[in-house]
Amino acid sequence: MNGIHDMGGMQDMGPVQYEKAEPVFHAAWEGRIFAINSSLRASGKWNLDAWRYQIELLDPVDYLRLTYYERWLEINEQLLVKHGLVTAEELATGTPAAGSTKAVPATRISGAGRGIPSSHDPTVPARFAVGQPVRARNSNPIGHTRLPRYARGRAGTIERDHGVYTFPDTNAHYEGEHRQHVYSVRFSARELWGEQASPRDSVYLDMWDEYLERA
Amino acid sequence: MAHDHHHDHQAVPSDPALRVKALESLLVEKGLVDPAALDLLVDTFEHRVGPRNGARLVARAWVDPAYKERLLADAPAAIAELGFTSGQGEHMLVVENDSKVHNLVVCTLCSCYPWPVLGLPPVWYKSAAYRSRAVIDPRGVLREFGTEVGEDVEVRVWDSTAELRYIVLPERPAGTENLSEDELAALVTRDAMVGVSRVPAPGEKA
Repeated sequence: MNGIHDMGGMQDMGPVQYEKAEPVFHAAWEGRIFAINSSLRASGKWNLDAWRYQIELLDPVDYLRLTYYERWLEINEQLLVKHGLVTAEELATGTPAAGSTKAVPATRISGAGRGIPSSHDPTVPARFAVGQPVRARNSNPIGHTRLPRYARGRAGTIERDHGVYTFPDTNAHYEGEHRQHVYSVRFSARELWGEQASPRDSVYLDMWDEYLERA
Repeated sequence: MAHDHHHDHQAVPSDPALRVKALESLLVEKGLVDPAALDLLVDTFEHRVGPRNGARLVARAWVDPAYKERLLADAPAAIAELGFTSGQGEHMLVVENDSKVHNLVVCTLCSCYPWPVLGLPPVWYKSAAYRSRAVIDPRGVLREFGTEVGEDVEVRVWDSTAELRYIVLPERPAGTENLSEDELAALVTRDAMVGVSRVPAPGEKA
């Protein structure tokens, strides 16, 4: 989805605000929602791609207005309701509905990742080879994607084959893992941004096989 | 309201502290989270996982060329050698700065960051300002951090669009030849491992 989250290349967000000696959490509630989020993620109720897509679905005004952990609070509430684990009424009242069943608490907190058993899978062929010139596809999917707008249609070179990973564009929508190769693709800064960019500079993106075509 | 606030103090729709408290108690009552597990997670990221872990990798790489080679070739294995795990199941890559190349790490689409070795990201890394401009104007962003990179040096920006997580192996500063590995680790900053700064020489202000 061409949303506000896809902000690479925007120029109107102001200077970077730096905080010296920044604490890990600025308030206790940030740590709690971080932990609640991690714990729910670890219990496998939703996958990481679906989680990212839920953030992308935030209203763009909210996306910019909310702090990082406020976004996490919003989308955890939304995902809990969406997956039927909590009702909107329970969220509003803060107490379980009468007669609702109690789950077994998820205590296992590691392994909260995408669940990639291995990035080495010889049964999945690579469509591209290191050194090969490629072009990022020009596509504008309405769902989740990890192909930023600023790279679409641009020409680059395969620098490295990272192995095989779950495809976020389908996995976010529970339409299958579609495991495929992910490559490090080098784009010259001038190819992406034109003459204003330094001729030496480059941007490397990690791109799934389906994001690329032969140049 | 929002328009009365400077943008680094964003307005909130309702008190998040109260909402999180209510959410946690609801989830505990429904058996969906275990409060002890939550305590452990907070403690882990406040006290156990952070940039000091990454600094150990850098210092070891500076004093041990064979380790550096392993770190650049297979970061997860080299990280595990020092007893750190990559708990998120992501794959790590270490990119090396030298006199010809300066590396900078960003995640334009969200805020991907190498948690196991750097801990949770600072607010600026997650900010719209950094995420938007690091790819189009890396030299301008670096200048805001006080880092000048010569025109003869290639700036490589790593946009973390997949499950690879990047750490910069900064250049070892001059005048550190006689320092021990521990003393070197104490010099290495989080910002240098993201690539927005260089490691300051001993006595130099970071």
